[in-house]
Amino acid sequence: MKNDLKHLTGEVAAGNMTRREFVARAAALGVTAAVANSMLAKQAQADGHATPVAGGTFRMGVQGGESTNTQDPATWASDVPIAIGQLWGETLVEVEADGSLTGLVAESWEGSADASTWTFKIRENCMFSNGNAVTAEDVMQTMERHSNEDSKSGALGIMKGIKAMSVDGMNFVVELETGNADLPYLMADYHLMIQPGGGMDDPAAAIGTGAYVMEDFEPGVRATATRRDDYWGGDQTQTAHYDRVEVIVLNDATARTAALQSGQVDTINRVEPKIAKLLDRAPTLSVQNVSGRGHYVFIAHIDTAPFDNNDLRLALKYAMNRQEMVDKILQGYGGVGNDMPINAAYPLFDDTIPQREFSLEKAAEHYKKSGHDGSPIILRTADGAFPGAVDAAALFQQSCQAAGIPLEVKREPNDGYWSEVWNVQPFCCSYWGGRPVQDQMYATAYLSTADWNDTRWKRDEFDAMLLEARAELDEAKRKEIYSKMGRMLREEGGLILPMFNDFIDAVSNDVLGFEGDPNGPQMNWYAFKKTWKAA
Amino acid sequence: MHPVIKLVAQRIALGILLLFAASILIFAGTMMLPGDVAQQILGQSATPESLANLRAELGLNDPPVTRYFQWLGGFLQGDLGTALTNGRDIADSVGTRLKNTLFLAFWAAVISVPLAITLGLVAVRYKNRWPDKLISAVTLTTISIPEFMIGYILIFVLAIQLPAWINAAEFLGDPMQQWLLSNFRFSSVALINDSMSLIDKIKSITIPIMVLTLVVLAHMMRMTRAAILNVMQSAYIETAELKGMAMLKIIRKHAFPNAIAPIVNVVMINMAYLVVGVVVVEVVFAYPGMGQYLVDHVSKRDVPVVQACGLIFAAVYIGLNLIADVVSILANPRLRHPK
Repeated sequence: MKNDLKHLTGEVAAGNMTRREFVARAAALGVTAAVANSMLAKQAQADGHATPVAGGTFRMGVQGGESTNTQDPATWASDVPIAIGQLWGETLVEVEADGSLTGLVAESWEGSADASTWTFKIRENCMFSNGNAVTAEDVMQTMERHSNEDSKSGALGIMKGIKAMSVDGMNFVVELETGNADLPYLMADYHLMIQPGGGMDDPAAAIGTGAYVMEDFEPGVRATATRRDDYWGGDQTQTAHYDRVEVIVLNDATARTAALQSGQVDTINRVEPKIAKLLDRAPTLSVQNVSGRGHYVFIAHIDTAPFDNNDLRLALKYAMNRQEMVDKILQGYGGVGNDMPINAAYPLFDDTIPQREFSLEKAAEHYKKSGHDGSPIILRTADGAFPGAVDAAALFQQSCQAAGIPLEVKREPNDGYWSEVWNVQPFCCSYWGGRPVQDQMYATAYLSTADWNDTRWKRDEFDAMLLEARAELDEAKRKEIYSKMGRMLREEGGLILPMFNDFIDAVSNDVLGFEGDPNGPQMNWYAFKKTWKAA
Repeated sequence: MHPVIKLVAQRIALGILLLFAASILIFAGTMMLPGDVAQQILGQSATPESLANLRAELGLNDPPVTRYFQWLGGFLQGDLGTALTNGRDIADSVGTRLKNTLFLAFWAAVISVPLAITLGLVAVRYKNRWPDKLISAVTLTTISIPEFMIGYILIFVLAIQLPAWINAAEFLGDPMQQWLLSNFRFSSVALINDSMSLIDKIKSITIPIMVLTLVVLAHMMRMTRAAILNVMQSAYIETAELKGMAMLKIIRKHAFPNAIAPIVNVVMINMAYLVVGVVVVEVVFAYPGMGQYLVDHVSKRDVPVVQACGLIFAAVYIGLNLIADVVSILANPRLRHPK
């Protein structure tokens, strides 16, 4: 039926059928007038002659919220606080879907020739929701709050390379210990919401420069926000078209899809891969998936026996049936990985690096060469490690068995997994959300000194290449260095990366302007700003 | 002193002791869980520095015994403290959540308790005939299905399929369809807040009330049936029958009063369940009750909140049991006037 309707909407677009005829024909297919009209609006948008409409309420059903959440950006770690935070807060810059940067609180920015000093020019007309204009001082204090010694901020790690910060009129200046061509990308981190006085006095006040002001915030339940009139980005016909945005916490996957299907929310995140195709058949909504940089991993500590033997690591890598993982765990909503945390969604990706193929012969050969004593190799997993992690571990065990590798799966409780298993036990399942640029991904988890070096990958040569690439402003040279680093990690690392997962959202047909963004789900959480509802 | 008052006083004193013991158990239990609140807040993004900073800020470096007595001192002065995770006032947040939980439990009880007892009486009246068998079959089926499954089925049928069916039923005519659509609108998400009217609130929790009713019905119905049947074996019932009294009247006047004690007990157990045991239903319907609130804070090791919730739950159990005992005594003349 859905295909019939799609054909009909095409007919209207081509001028072969009037709107009235369409509604009548759609009704014959059992579709109400309201649904038929929203399908037409969707088609009009697809044809590119739709203008945004101001007004309405945008209701998001979001997974990943708890009653313990706060409005302090330093503590954000899951989707709901991030979704809510984007409503009232803004960072200096944002990363666009194509990987370029757009200024938010910063109007423009410029780096010195060696990329070690960066100057951000703060927008003149940018106001906090408390009525005060943003100053460079506010920006500096925000950065200080996330980088000083008593910070508990999740952004502490990325602020490490900063040597000094200063203010020069409306300019905010950052001096780095070593050059970093990607520094502006780091400023797009969702923790770094610009707050008045840096949020030092009241970090959870939810006062920022965003297009909306918070109306109601019940942690773990819902949050509502209303449109500001004095938003620097312009009025509702230009951007942030909705009057009101509601974020409803729906942690249960079935509750989420039911809420969307029954029209209680306009969009949901994290559609389960196993139901995505079924859900897409519903006539009133569409499933939107976009391949991102997030990935599911099996990580081994390369400084711990038996994983300190590269032949054993290679044996495990060859025994991984990547296509099967993508087909069965992601139901096709994703791409195969190549044992390096970088894929084509990153700028400066080298697509000539050969893809590792599934080979039981090579796995057996490397296993034999490793001289492993045949004692069980323990892989720890939990449902919470990534969706489908327990099944993925079982599939991996089977293919290992076929190659003669004695892999044993140990299931751990979700509760305490990130404190007791991940980054503690030598071999376990995990996931990474990906970062906007290669430098940040490598610096977060593959630099010798990184706190989250969860494979214990400590190579001076690799560290040196990372720093060299960071300060290198010639893109061709940078790409070459990153390619070398990727190949090195792929050959010798403790990272077994079978798949990159798609972000899968589902959106009601009433919502127009929704496009996938590889930076994150829900248009990198800017859907509230970039979409609108048909009038 | 009247024996009932004496019993209530004794039970309340015992209840307070029990609550005290429960608070120690809850505290010890949360201490035994792996990881602490700082680790849980920061999760995968924890760094050693940020962990140390957060621990110092939350006062986690004091020994557990000191922290327990600090908490107890505050609690005795009526200060529940603030949540470690988000710094919110616990009394405020718990208050809202408790109100929601009681609201759902109240409406579920208002419907399920009279319904269960009536069905029990009907089952006795038509013992071993088709109404009895039908009632038992239906209620035993619904109690055997996990509650989340009943929830999903009702959501699918009432919230998703029903509007589609009404839309498709053109023979009803447009005004009728519109009327049905606006009046039989079941919501799959049971979000309630203070700005909603009572009717809107009840409308939004219709499906959860149905689920809870189906879940608790069988237990109370079967107990009513069994207790009354037990009494029906007595000699005085036979006398009443021989006098020629109508069956329903015998059940109502002679059998039911003597079966009240066991029925009240099982009703109270089910009411306690409606208050403390409905976390699964809360999750399925995203209902902002105590259960989800408690689970979130247990997984974050937020001890003061867990303590507050645990004590409220324990108090509900103790209180409802006390009511059941008092009602049993009052319903039984021999216990009411002991020699």
